[in-house]
Amino acid sequence: MDIDLITNILYAMIMTGTPLLLVALGEMVCEKSGVLNLGQEGMMLMGAVAGFIAMYHTDSYILGFAFAMLVGIGMSLLFAVIALQLNANQVAAGLALTIFGTGLSAFLGNDYEGKQISVLPSLSIAELQHIPIIGKAIFSQNAIVYLSWVLIVVVYLFFRYHRQGLSVRAVGEDPSVASNLGLPVMLIRYLSVAFGGAMAGLAGAYLSIAYTPMWTEGMVSGKGWIALTLVVFASWRIERIILGAYLFGFASIMHLVAQGLNWDISSNLLAMMPYIATLVVLVMLSRDKQRLKLFEPMALGKPWHRSS
Amino acid sequence: MSNVKRLAMLGITKEYPGCKANDEVFLDIEHGEIHALLGENGAGKSTLMKMLYGVVKPDSGSIIWNGKPVSIDQPSVARGLGIGMVFQHFSLFETLTVAENIALVLGDQAGNSKTLAHRIKATSERYGMPLDPDRRISSLSTGERQRVEIVRCLLLNLQLLILDEPTSVLTPQEVDNLFKTLRQLTKEGCSVLFISHKLHEVTALCDSATILRAGKVTGHCHPKDETSESIARMMVGEDIAISNDCRRSLGTDVFANIENLSTKSMGQFDVALKNINLQVKRGEIVGIAGIAGNGQEELLKALSGEDIHPNSKSITFTGTVVDQLTPLQRRRLGLAFVPEDRLGRGAVPDLDLCDNALLTSFDSGLVKNGFLQKSKIIELADKIIKKYKVKTAGNHDAAASLSGGNLQKFIVGREIDQEPNFLLMSHPTWGVDIGAQVAIHDAILQLRDRGCAILIVSEDLDELYKISDRLGAICDGQISQFLAPEALPLVKLGQWMAGDFDTTTADNKGVSQHD
Repeated sequence: MDIDLITNILYAMIMTGTPLLLVALGEMVCEKSGVLNLGQEGMMLMGAVAGFIAMYHTDSYILGFAFAMLVGIGMSLLFAVIALQLNANQVAAGLALTIFGTGLSAFLGNDYEGKQISVLPSLSIAELQHIPIIGKAIFSQNAIVYLSWVLIVVVYLFFRYHRQGLSVRAVGEDPSVASNLGLPVMLIRYLSVAFGGAMAGLAGAYLSIAYTPMWTEGMVSGKGWIALTLVVFASWRIERIILGAYLFGFASIMHLVAQGLNWDISSNLLAMMPYIATLVVLVMLSRDKQRLKLFEPMALGKPWHRSS
Repeated sequence: MSNVKRLAMLGITKEYPGCKANDEVFLDIEHGEIHALLGENGAGKSTLMKMLYGVVKPDSGSIIWNGKPVSIDQPSVARGLGIGMVFQHFSLFETLTVAENIALVLGDQAGNSKTLAHRIKATSERYGMPLDPDRRISSLSTGERQRVEIVRCLLLNLQLLILDEPTSVLTPQEVDNLFKTLRQLTKEGCSVLFISHKLHEVTALCDSATILRAGKVTGHCHPKDETSESIARMMVGEDIAISNDCRRSLGTDVFANIENLSTKSMGQFDVALKNINLQVKRGEIVGIAGIAGNGQEELLKALSGEDIHPNSKSITFTGTVVDQLTPLQRRRLGLAFVPEDRLGRGAVPDLDLCDNALLTSFDSGLVKNGFLQKSKIIELADKIIKKYKVKTAGNHDAAASLSGGNLQKFIVGREIDQEPNFLLMSHPTWGVDIGAQVAIHDAILQLRDRGCAILIVSEDLDELYKISDRLGAICDGQISQFLAPEALPLVKLGQWMAGDFDTTTADNKGVSQHD
């Protein structure tokens, strides 16, 4: 394998892993507050179609991504009202959200199938992109990839050092105690869910604007579900989510690389690889039950309401 | 000080659907006094405290703080006034560190993490409760957790500290330390509101007391001038027995024999049992004291069959090795079991009392050819309800709708009514009021006199001293010697509970301990 190939694999790995990274990051924050939102797939699809439509009509990347995030937030708030305010079962509400988002996005996007928009360009940093092997992967990506890195740092620092990050963890561990201590449990959960929605919307738009500049029905193809398992098997830790997301990206492009190199492996088998590889590695990482307990939000998925 | 009181609660009323939790309650607390709030379960103590701390809003009445009327609708308002509360069930987050838990409550006052850690160290040491700010709560003992709660209050500009049953989770030595801290606090002008069931602590510590019964104030007193009995009488009213006639018993032949029982711990939240040797004889009550989380759970699970250890042969019931048997098979050998958590393990919360009665009694003629004998089941449930004075609207009430103490009476009744040969009990009267305690103890003692072997695990030392025939302690998965309660001073038991015993000489065959 020559240097160029490795350079390109790294570049494509990051590009392909980014949407997964974004959704998983949002879902992690949501779950840290004790809310399990299984609607990621539906919110991503809505983000993808909303981003594409806004982009198609305005030809503005900023408006495209902003609209996708707003739609993502809107979807997540719908979930929040049902699951948090009305205390419905979170699993059922999340599944319903995915089904709803899948259907609605197909309906809204029907007229836009096959339409063209211009792809989000890469922002290359002058000389740095020519650093051998890693230069292209790190310094020649599009704006959303850079944004995802900023978000990683922000979320990490938020949970590590900020008092409100502590509040989110506290609410996710025991909402009753948190409420007794005077923390605004509902507000914290709403905001966390909304952040998850914004990230899913952004990730969806990334797929339809930056990754493949087009809309096709069901184009998210299970990435929302993979992100959900990613969060659990990464045991709610950011560094593992990064690892899992890029690993998924890597396995996804190996599919194409193998074809390019004429390896004699069934393409169906290769198409399965990203899912299998990601799961296997993360399952192995999360074997240690002890460590898992320290990061798992204990109140995850349990309905809660303030007693009067 | 002038005659302005620290706190006056005037005519506080709070009604829940179907019950008046507080009815026109008046409560005064002076500067620098330790005031006791006494009452049985459901007397309304917790509700009153929650209103004072801003967790629950009163329907009517007013609160005067240092002479000014205040409205406390948020815990943060209470904390702003200088009111700190230590809940009975700690308000701590297990996966966070001591400093993080404290920072959560202090809010903006917390400052940066370095100065906070320094303040935590300084304050905790000044009051004789040293704490390491960087430890995770999950690694702390119960006593240490309570210190975190108290220090968290002390870091506020504290003027009133509310303690809800603070001593029920402590060893006697820890209780002494806590009392020292509280006395130091009051010398500095802080007031303390002390809620407890343990009357001898109240008479030893408190300056004044308010007594609640069924949501109403029924009396005030100066505990130092009263006895435990006279206060108990004020709490329960005139017509209820407040003591049992307890005689010790030696027991006859061995029913349950545990020899060299060791288990592996399954995780950091479990305790491994180490070489446990214990015999329980027919007609005796063996009591095991210990701080929660020292292996009680594991020992009871090994005996009841909830944890099956297929490769060991350590436990025999009258000579039959039971290690491999399921809970049902063990029950058929005469075992009955009252677990610690009533809802979830002792009873199914959403099933009614009839179905809950059936759960463990289905072998006693309630099922015929696979069909349920409905009338017999109802008969049994009604019998238990009547015999053990369970307060309920009827046998079709869901278990979860009963108060803790009443459900406990029902579960204890259900198990005792099967006339077991071996009864395992965890915290038999935990959270149960005096009247019901007496009834449960009576039933246990009678069962013993009919020849049942009984093993009781409890954190309530008064209870263990009262009904045990032999008493010992468990600490970190090991058990101490067992002695007759009369031969075992409280101080010594306290040391045992803290792990200060010689495991090599422990001889628990129950042969030589009696006079």
